[in-house]
Amino acid sequence: MSDYNFAYLDEQTKRMIRRAILKGVAVPGYQVPFASREMPMPYGWGTGGVQVTAACLTPEDTLKVIDQGADDTTNAVSIRKFFEKTADVAVTEKTAEATIIQTRHRIPEVTLTEDQILVYQVPMPEPLRFLEPSEVETRKMHALQDYGLMHVKLYEDIARHGEIATAYSYPVMVEDRYVMSPSPIPKFDNPKLESAALQLFGAGREQRIYAVPPFTKVVSLDFDDYPFDPSKAPHPCALCAAEDSYLDEVITDDQGTRMFVCSDTDFCADRRAAQEGEAA
Amino acid sequence: MIHVEELAKNFTLHNQGGTVIPVIVGAGFSVAPGECVALTGESGAGKSTVMRILYGNYLAQSGSVRIGGVDITKAEPRDILQLRRETLGYVSQFLRVVPRVPTLEVVAEPLLALGRPEGEALNRARDLLTRLRIPERLWQLSPTTFSGGEQQRVNIARGFAHAYPALLLDEPTASLDATNRETVLTLIEEAKAQGAAIVGIFHDLEARARVADREIDVSAFTPRVA
Amino acid sequence: MTPLLDVKDLTKTYGGRVGCTDVSFRLYPGEVLGIVGESGSGKSTLLNCLAGHLPPDRGQVIFDTRAEGPRDVLTMSEPERRMLGRTDWAFVHQNPRDGLRMRISAGGNVGERLMAVGARHYGEIRAQATDWLGRVEISETRIDDRPSAFSGGMQQRLQIARNLVTGPRLVFMDEPTGGLDVSVQARLLDLIRGLVRRMGLSAIVVTHDLAVVRLLADRLMVMKDGHVIETGLTDQVLDDPQAPYTQLLVSSVLQV
Repeated sequence: MSDYNFAYLDEQTKRMIRRAILKGVAVPGYQVPFASREMPMPYGWGTGGVQVTAACLTPEDTLKVIDQGADDTTNAVSIRKFFEKTADVAVTEKTAEATIIQTRHRIPEVTLTEDQILVYQVPMPEPLRFLEPSEVETRKMHALQDYGLMHVKLYEDIARHGEIATAYSYPVMVEDRYVMSPSPIPKFDNPKLESAALQLFGAGREQRIYAVPPFTKVVSLDFDDYPFDPSKAPHPCALCAAEDSYLDEVITDDQGTRMFVCSDTDFCADRRAAQEGEAA
Repeated sequence: MIHVEELAKNFTLHNQGGTVIPVIVGAGFSVAPGECVALTGESGAGKSTVMRILYGNYLAQSGSVRIGGVDITKAEPRDILQLRRETLGYVSQFLRVVPRVPTLEVVAEPLLALGRPEGEALNRARDLLTRLRIPERLWQLSPTTFSGGEQQRVNIARGFAHAYPALLLDEPTASLDATNRETVLTLIEEAKAQGAAIVGIFHDLEARARVADREIDVSAFTPRVA
Repeated sequence: MTPLLDVKDLTKTYGGRVGCTDVSFRLYPGEVLGIVGESGSGKSTLLNCLAGHLPPDRGQVIFDTRAEGPRDVLTMSEPERRMLGRTDWAFVHQNPRDGLRMRISAGGNVGERLMAVGARHYGEIRAQATDWLGRVEISETRIDDRPSAFSGGMQQRLQIARNLVTGPRLVFMDEPTGGLDVSVQARLLDLIRGLVRRMGLSAIVVTHDLAVVRLLADRLMVMKDGHVIETGLTDQVLDDPQAPYTQLLVSSVLQV
């Protein structure tokens, strides 16, 4: 065993975070303030998500960490290693095998189940922030459901671009009560916010935790004549030929040649393995 | 229609040692519907002051001024405003309007304020402006740019737009040429025929003789200097 | 007739200093009330207390609500007051920057109140915004420009459009023509007067400019040191002022 307390944080801190999580679950979409701790990684590298994961982990859990859908990027690898070292939990790259998935900027393509927790890293929890700089005022706006401003942003999008150009961090209304930022996931993922899994959101620098409990109603904001459209790049995956997954655009040479591949690496690998199996 | 009783008015000049200047005492007279009464007296006798009190523009110290059942000296501002809208018209010597508003609208405004349809109000305004010989090319301009005589005629048109049952006229024919003067006198006669009770100040003796049924010498209400 | 606004004994102090004290008045539908006084006379404090921006120490501000009739605004819950603030009430700030969102387009500024009360059809919101820009004489072609690209007079007209789009019944105006060129002022006054008459609005206009109240206000309240020292018909107060201070105020105006 390591020299760390289980999952790095001390028990009192985990207790404090769990209380914030429970409050967040009780009031879906509401941003619960919590006393975010200094973590051994810089802000912006997922300190909020790591603290939430630490508070949720048990020794029996299996952890998966993804960054932009990929298990093998620096951020994902270092967080996975962090918990291997401090909590000694099992880790996996298989979405279906994980009990806790910490993510940055994506929701896995595979439908999540009631036995799973999805932990989001959130850089900016306040969906109203870029419209209203005052925290006092935004909290009041949430309290009073004074959300006209949120639609003003969408209005501005249409006025300027002819459509709602917000492609990520697309604001949602949770249980007809709180407007919430889904973290910078692509709007393609928004429909997956209505899920069987518990979804927890941690913002370390901003010191906020919020939650979407299983089977909660989550509606992406839109206009009657400009309905929400969870579109994505109109290509199949160049590796697995999937038509229905979110794609990353990869530039492959200096001439600007590009290919579109699944951003969810596990999903793509599974499909390719299955295709090879069929071929064999 | 207009009943004035025991009217008294002082000016208190607080910023000049609190000097109290009595200007009117014991004024009393009545004007019946269809009657035109001319206020006379030398300059400074208080003709304009009486007119202003009748309009609610000056406060009275004591006494009463009843017009159409409302005692102006004691009425709430909104009652006076209602009276001014519906019952009591005033043609002053000076045109005071919001700059930039077209003449046609300035003239139609009293009718619009009464909630009359815009078409009707504008037609009435066109009619009056035509009678008062304001060239049509000026109608869409603000009267603030007009000559003194034109402004005076716009003011009269505005004052006669609505058929007020009580009408106050402060030198309506001043600075008008003969033709326009004739039109104004005709307008006054028409108003009388419609039953308006009119109080006027006319320095123009011929005009006074033609439209006024009676004269009231305001000097009688001027306090004697001790 | 039920007054639209019935203010009783409104008092606000800042520590020991008087903001405004024992102010009572009634405002009836369609009336425009002018409040005049010098800087520090308490007129802005009064306006902010009335509009719910400042909590007064005591008194009542009873508004004749559409749904429930006369209610004391000061005892309303915050959500109710806010709802009032974006439906039946409007507030026009002296500085348009305080009343506009400078980083949002003109159309978005006008549309915000509509969206705040639940409008969710982009085309309709934009049509209404276009209509209102026209009413305040801003070209339709400027609908997607930000107010920072507008002149002071245009900004103020935009602020008025933004406030009136939901058809309020009571408008508070704090020096609405302050800081504007004289020619622009006249245009704005004309606009406000036309809107007041056509929409049957009631308005409370705070200003130190006597020429503005003469043209806009039916009634006048003169304030000094937090007290209302004289009230009456606008032309009566200006032409036959009774209180020493009002006489001084009126006689101090430069004639042109």
